[in-house]
Formats: sequence, structure tokens, C-alpha cells
Amino acid sequence: MAKYLAKRIFYLILTLFIVITVTFFLMKLLPGTPLTNQAKLSKSQIALIYEQYGLNKPVWQQYLLYLAGAVRGNFGTSFQFSDQPVSYLLSSRIGPSLQIGLQAMIFGVILGILVGSFGAMRQNTWVDTTATVVSILGISIPSFVLAVLLQYYLGLKLGWFPIAEWGGFIYTVLPTLALGATPLAESARFVRTEMVDVLSSDYIELAKAKGLSRTGVIYHHALRNSLIPLITIVGPLAVNIMTGSMVVENIFSIPGIGEQFVKSVLTNDYPTIMGLTIIYSFMLCVVLLFTDILYGIVDPRIRLTGKAN
Amino acid sequence: MADTVKLPEDSFKRINADDRAALDSEKIAAPSLTFAQDAWRRLKKNKGAWVSLIVLAIVFIMAFGSLVVSPHDPNAVHPSYANLPSKIPGININGFNGTLVQAGERIDAYKQAGASSKFYVMGTDYLGRDLFSRVLYGTRISLIIALVATLFDLTIGVTYGMFSGWKGGRIDTIMQRIIEIILSIPNLVVIVLLILILKPGMTSIIIAIALTSWTNMARLVRAQTMEIKEQEYILAARTLGERPMKIAFKHLLPNLSSVIIINTMFTIPNAIFFEATLSYIGIGISSPQASLGTLLNDGQKNFQFLPYQMWWPALVLSIIMLAFNLLGDGLRDAFDPRTKE
Repeated sequence: MAKYLAKRIFYLILTLFIVITVTFFLMKLLPGTPLTNQAKLSKSQIALIYEQYGLNKPVWQQYLLYLAGAVRGNFGTSFQFSDQPVSYLLSSRIGPSLQIGLQAMIFGVILGILVGSFGAMRQNTWVDTTATVVSILGISIPSFVLAVLLQYYLGLKLGWFPIAEWGGFIYTVLPTLALGATPLAESARFVRTEMVDVLSSDYIELAKAKGLSRTGVIYHHALRNSLIPLITIVGPLAVNIMTGSMVVENIFSIPGIGEQFVKSVLTNDYPTIMGLTIIYSFMLCVVLLFTDILYGIVDPRIRLTGKAN
Repeated sequence: MADTVKLPEDSFKRINADDRAALDSEKIAAPSLTFAQDAWRRLKKNKGAWVSLIVLAIVFIMAFGSLVVSPHDPNAVHPSYANLPSKIPGININGFNGTLVQAGERIDAYKQAGASSKFYVMGTDYLGRDLFSRVLYGTRISLIIALVATLFDLTIGVTYGMFSGWKGGRIDTIMQRIIEIILSIPNLVVIVLLILILKPGMTSIIIAIALTSWTNMARLVRAQTMEIKEQEYILAARTLGERPMKIAFKHLLPNLSSVIIINTMFTIPNAIFFEATLSYIGIGISSPQASLGTLLNDGQKNFQFLPYQMWWPALVLSIIMLAFNLLGDGLRDAFDPRTKE
């Protein structure tokens, strides 16, 4: 276990190193400079600004400096908001994003498990059909369409929830619903397939033959075994939520990192884009690592020595 | 008394070749079907997939047919006809009859704009462009982007996966590590970075999506290749001295086809989704070109007052995604009979 963990953490660091390196050089390839539109600046002023941001040094020096900074959590200074270090800008914004992301994940997965297992239990009835329709719709409707619809109908027309801004829990409801739809659909689909498989297995027959109650069979035997593989789709779901959050945060004007990413992209704020790319891949790596470890703990049949898959 | 059984005399006639063929025809046997025919038969039984296939065919014909016949020019601007609601002749349901509620009263927007004789099936946008033509145009662009990107990532993914699975060993390990690294950055982030470098536009969106979405295909193809590579017919081909390239095309590819086709059906809606998201954010297709994403973005700005401007593209986008997903599901069941019931 310790060896496996050490190996995985080594790969995590290697991955992050590659991500930092690649984004750094990609950013150097970008056309234009942050000062492209500032025609009024004289040559000496530009030189001064370049010096201030360290842009006058050779590329390899900038790279090493950036790498050294990134290790310490320093991603340079934002171009868009001068004087604001990227790390400060992002650390104040990561909270809302994490909250909404986690809420969406928990809401989606729990409801998905319910929908999926009800579908499997009442296979080929209207319950099952409804579950299938819900999951296929959740996968097919993009989260940003759902977000606008929710905002308009539940927020504006019915007035149940605030339509935008960021405050208490009530402000997180609509974005959570919008982001949670895909995890709900995916996990419902997944759980249903798994459970249909499990329900036809021998040990379920045995449990029934022993005279266990229906709920006992479902809860103790079927559900537990069908939920284990669900851990493997948490990683892809996290990606989905991160992707969705970029647009959904914009729609609900939530001061999160997704909204910042879009803003930075539109204003060529390279240091912030780089910082965000690194943060996104760091979060994803951590999620993947945790799910792999968890999978090994929950299901002893999986050996943690080699690859987790 | 022993009864003598009287058998008809013609029971003892010699059977000639023609009669024998007639006897064979009485055998009860299903016609032997090839794998593709069998899959096709199962697909037709799946209602959802079958309807999806027809819907997709209609969407394709309409989107690409609008190159030849379009109800209106998608880019023709008529400021005086701006923001007209949907009007379908012969249908008198609020929402489809060209009326809208203004200051608490339902009025005929077409009469007000002086266009009583005209009709726009999905209404017009803020510049008076026909929304239906624009949706067709946008669908076409979205489909082209998705299909071309999928074609590229199919090529990359299949080649990469086959190579990795075939070679095995250290090369395989390294190639899989590379995939893991790519997978540990959210796709959209990479796509955005690539588009920034390549400058927004259709080509760069295609390249960006193609360069990031092949990993799933590569993984599936690799796993399947590793399985197939152990089969006897591959061994036989190798023993006969067949070149690896020929084995790949003649033996591997046909046997991988179901995995490839199924995965493609899920890659296309993904690509459509990425394109829509990019255009929605504002770094995708730029005007006067339009895609479903840009139409959604335009529609969303006026959603409070003119909801139909977003409903139509949202509906079309969702239907296309739905159809591809259902078709993918159907194909998976059709190709893999084990999952059936």
C-alpha cells in the first residue's frame, strides 16, 4: 500500500510538472502581449513594465523562476488586475467553486443512485422507463441550457431562488441543480446497469432463498455491490463539473474560478490562465488518486500493486 | 389374421436430384446472417435507436439541404422585421401564431412590423434574420465541426490504441502514462488553451477537439487489441509471415469495428457539446458564422423577453445530443448481444 501510494504521488508530481511546463511554453507561443492594445505607452515605459513582470529575461530563466514560484504556490501577478498576485486572486475564488462543485456531485450522485436502483428494482416497468428517460435527458441537455432555464423559470418567474450573485446557501441551489444534472444522469445509468447485473447473480438468489426481506436483499446485497464500481466514474464526473462550472458560474455570476477562467481567457490574462490550468489539473489528479485508493479499500479484489484499472 | 400393410406404390420411387432439393427446402432454418446483418436486425428492434437514426437522418438532410434550399438567407438582415415571434401558417396556438404579449395585451407582431404576408417558422432574431435558417445553418456548422473532429480523433485514437496494445511492454506503459497525463487536465481547459494559440475559428476548434478527445478511444481500442492479439487467427497470420500493417488492417480493424463505431457515437455529441460551450463562452465560432452555441448565446441575452430565440436552438441541440446518445446505446446493444435482456 505504502509503495503504491508513493508511486502514485510520484506520478502526480510528474504530471503536474509536465502540465506546468507545457502550459508555460504554450503561453509563450501565444500571439500578442498583454500590452498589445496600449499604443500610448512609450518604448521605455514598455521596457519598465516588462522588467516589472520579469518578461525581459530569457525564456528559460522565466521558466525556472515560474517553476520555483509554482512549487511555493506563487503563480505570478495577474495581468488583468495589476498588483494582484494570481494565487491571491484564485484563493479567494476557489471556495464558491468547491462548494458548488461538491454540492452538485453529492446531490447528483445520491439522487442518481436512488433513480438508478429504483429503475433496476422495477425493471421494465414505468419506473424503469422514467429512470431511463431522466438519465438520457440529463446527459443530452447541456448544463448551460439547463442553467438558463432554471434561472428563468425557478428564479425569475416563480421567484423561489435568487437568480444570480453569491450569498448564503439559497444562492447555491440553482447552480447546484444545473451542474448536478449530468452526475445524476450518469450515475443513475451506471447504477441501473450494475444493479441489473448484480440482481441476476447467484448470491442474490441465495439471499432470497434464505428468506431475507426484499429491502434486506436490496440494501445489504444488491445496492452495496452495485455501488462499488460507481467510484470509478467519480473522476470523469469531476471533469464534467469543472467544465460545466465555467459556463454555469458565468450565468449565475458566481465569483468562482470557472468564471475567472472565462474572464481571463477573454482578457488574455496569461498568468491567471496558467495558474487555473495548474489548479484544475491538481484538483483532478487528487480526485483520481483518492478514487483509486478508495476503490482498493472498498473492494479488496482490486490489487493496488499495479495499475488500478 | 395378419393385416398386410398396404403402402402406396409411389413411396418406393427413386428420388432424383430435383426432388432432393425440394426436400431440403422443407428444412427449418433461419437464414444465416453476417455479423453486420445481425447487428442491423437487432438495431431495428430497438425503438429508441431506430427513431434516433431517422431523426438524425432528417436533421442531416435539413442541415445540409439548406445549402441548396433555405427558407431565407441566414445572413440577410431586415431590421424592420427584428424579433418577430414564431409563426407557422395554419396553426393558431399562442406561441406559434406570430403574436406576442406586449404591455399586457396580445398583439400580432407581424401586422405591427408590416409583414402580415410573411411568416418565419421559428421567428427572427434581433437583426431580423430568419431564426429557422440560422438554426439550420448553425446545425450544419456544429455537425461539420463535430464530424470532422471525430474523424480526426478516431484516426488518432485507433492508431494510438492499436499500436500501444500491439506492442505491449515498455512502449505500452509509456503510452498509457501519456494518456493518463492528458486525462488529468480537464479537456475544456486544454481546448481553450489550444484555441487561444491557434486563434478562434472553425479550424482551430476542430483541431483542439480532435487533439484532446482521442484518449477514450485509444484506451478502448488498446484493451480490445490486447485481447484480440492473443487469438489463434492472429497467431496464424503471424506464422504465415504477414506484415504487422496488413494484420492491423485485415484482422484487427474489422474486429475492432464495433468498439470503434459505438465509441464514435458518444464522441460526436461530446464534440457538439464542446463546440457549443466554446461558442457560448465567446471563443468559438465568430459572427457572421453561426453555430448552435452562438445561437444559444444570442438567444440567452433576450431570454427574459423573447424566450423562443433560445428555446429553438436549445431544442435542436438537445435533440441531436439525445439522438446520438440513444443511437449509441442501441448500437452497443446491437453489437453486443450479451447485454440484450
